[in-house]
Amino acid sequence: MISSRLLVVLASAAVLAVGVAACGSDDESTAGGSSDLSGSIRIDGSSTVAPLTEAIAEEFQAENPNVKVTVGTAGTGGGFEKFCAGETDISDASREIEPEEVEACKEEGIGYEDVHVATDALTVMINNENPVSCLTVDQLNAVWGPDSKLSNWDEIPGLNEEFDEELALFGPGTDSGTFDYFTDEINGEEGASRKDYNNVGENDNATVTGVEGAPGGMGYAGFSYYTENEGKLKALEVDGGKGCVGPSVESAQEGTYTPLSRPLFIYPSDSALKKPEVKAFVEYYLENVTGIAEAVGFVPLTEEQLEESEAAATKAGA
Amino acid sequence: MTMGSERATPRNRLAVAGARATTQAMLRDQPRGDVIRNTLFAALLLLAILIALAGLVALLIQAFAQGASALSIDLFTNGPSSIRPESAGFRPAIIGSLELIAGVILFVVPIGIGAALYLEEYADKTRWWNRLIEVNIQNLAAVPSIIYGILGLSFIVRGPLDLGFVLAAGSLTLALLVLPMVIIAAREAIRAVPDSIRQGSLALGATKWQTIRRQVLPASIPGIVTGVILAVSRALGEAAPLLLVGAAAFVTFDPEPFSGGYTALPVQIYNYATRSQEEFQALAAAGIIVMLVVLLAMNSFAIWLRNRYEQRW
Repeated sequence: MISSRLLVVLASAAVLAVGVAACGSDDESTAGGSSDLSGSIRIDGSSTVAPLTEAIAEEFQAENPNVKVTVGTAGTGGGFEKFCAGETDISDASREIEPEEVEACKEEGIGYEDVHVATDALTVMINNENPVSCLTVDQLNAVWGPDSKLSNWDEIPGLNEEFDEELALFGPGTDSGTFDYFTDEINGEEGASRKDYNNVGENDNATVTGVEGAPGGMGYAGFSYYTENEGKLKALEVDGGKGCVGPSVESAQEGTYTPLSRPLFIYPSDSALKKPEVKAFVEYYLENVTGIAEAVGFVPLTEEQLEESEAAATKAGA
Repeated sequence: MTMGSERATPRNRLAVAGARATTQAMLRDQPRGDVIRNTLFAALLLLAILIALAGLVALLIQAFAQGASALSIDLFTNGPSSIRPESAGFRPAIIGSLELIAGVILFVVPIGIGAALYLEEYADKTRWWNRLIEVNIQNLAAVPSIIYGILGLSFIVRGPLDLGFVLAAGSLTLALLVLPMVIIAAREAIRAVPDSIRQGSLALGATKWQTIRRQVLPASIPGIVTGVILAVSRALGEAAPLLLVGAAAFVTFDPEPFSGGYTALPVQIYNYATRSQEEFQALAAAGIIVMLVVLLAMNSFAIWLRNRYEQRW
C-alpha cells in the first residue's frame, strides 16, 4: 500500500516536472515569414563573435520561423574542435583557422570557407586619471611580455609623461581568442604573456571594472567594452610604427589602427552550405551584417571586404 | 534515531517546564558561568544563521538592484534577443532547465535509492570491495563539475552512447554529477530507521524485500526527498558541465529532449553577464531572479511532498 503511494509520489514529481516543461511549448505561431525553409543550423565558437551571429540568427528566424538556429560560445578553439568533428554547421572565430585545426578538418574530410564578417579593434584601456595617451608596441611588449617585471608606470621605457603609479594589469583568460590575438601581435608569440596579471577569464566586464577602479590600471578587451564605457575610462592610442592611432570605426576600417584591429570570421562547412537553409543564412548574414555589426559594437566591413566575403560564400554554395 | 513521532505535545512541554523550574528552585542559584555560557551559546547560534543568510540576502539585493529595470513578464514568455534586450526573456532557458531537471529526477531517484538500499541493507560491510565502493562514492561527490562535463562529452555525447549534443545528454551528465549526493543522503535516511522496525517486520514473517518496501523505505522517504531537493538544486545551477555537453548560449525555440539544440538558465545568464552592454547585465541579474523563482517553486513542491509523507507515517 505504502509502496504504491511512494511510487505515485515519485512518478507525479517527475510527470509534474515534465508537464511544466511541456506546457510551455504549445502553439508556436507561424506568423511572419513566408519562406518554406526548414531545418536546423548549429553554430558554435568564439564568444566575441557570438553577439553578432546571435543578432543575425534572431532576425533570420523571424523571417524563417521553421529554421532552428543555435549559437554556442565554446571559444574559437573549442568551436573549431566541434566543427572539424562534423558536429557544427558554422564556426564563429575571432582569428583565422590554425594549421593544426586545418589538419584536423582535413582528416575528417570537412571542407569550409572563411568568411570575414566584421572587424574588432582590440582596445587597451587605461584609467581616466592616467596622463599617458599613447604607447608603442615595444612599450606594450615591455609591460605585457612573458619576462616583464615592470610594476610601475614610471618603469615603462621611453615614457614621455611622468606617472608614478603602480601598474594594475587586467586581461582575458588563455582560452580567449582576444588573448591569443593580443599576445601574438604584442609579444610576438601566441600565448606568450606575463602570468601575474588579473585574469578575468571570459568576463571582459571585469577588465572594465578593474581599470576603472585602479589609477594605474591597464587592460585589453574588445572595442565594444570601451565604447559602452566611454567616459568611465580611456582608450590608449597605439603606435605600430606609423604614429599614434586610437581605436575607432574609421581607423579600424582604414587599416591604420595596427596591429590591434583584427578580423572576425564565420566558417561555414562546405557540406552545410549545400543545405538551402544554411546557404540562405550565410547570404542573409552578409546582407545584414553592416548595420548589426555597429549595433553590437563592432566595426563593419568596408565595401571591398564585403564583396570579397560574398564572393567566398557564393563560390562555396555553387 | 528519532522516529518523528516523539514530538513534544503542549502537555509534554508544560511538564518539562514545571519540572525544570522546580529543580532550579531547589538548587537555588545556577553558577554564573553556566548562565553566561547559556547566553553566549545562543548568541553564537544566532550569528551562525545570520552569516548563512547574509550571503543570500546580499545576492538578492544585488540581483534586484541590478535587474529591477529588466523585470517583467517578458522574462518568462519571450526568447533571448541580442537586438532587443528590453523585451528579451528566458523562455527557452526555463523550459530547457525544467526538462533537464525532469531527466535528472527520472534517472537519479531510482538509481540513487537502489544504490543506497544495496549499500545499507544488502552489502556485507566486512568485505573490502564494499568499503571501497563506499569511499569512492563519497569521493565522487567532491569531483569538480567540469570533470563530469568532460566525462559526458566523451562517453554520452560522443563515444559509447553517442547521443549527440542534445538535451538528454545534458540531463544524463547532470544526473551523474548529483548521483553521489542522492546516494549519500538516501543512505543516511535508511540508516536512521531503527533496527527494531526491521527486526519486528522480519519476526512477523515478512521477507527482506517486504520489510524494505513496507517499513524501511516509507520511513526514510523524508530524508531521501531532502537529498533529492539538494541534488536537483545543484543540478539546476550548474553551467560548466552543460557548456561542454552542448548547451548553446542562444536558443530561441523551445528545446526538445532528443533533437536540436538546447540551453539552460545558468548558461543563458552567463552569456548575458559577459556582454559589454549594461542592458544585458541587467538581464543577467533578472535571470538570477527568474532562476530563484523556478528553484523556489520546485523546492516548495518537494517540501510539501515531504511534509505530507511525514504526517502519514
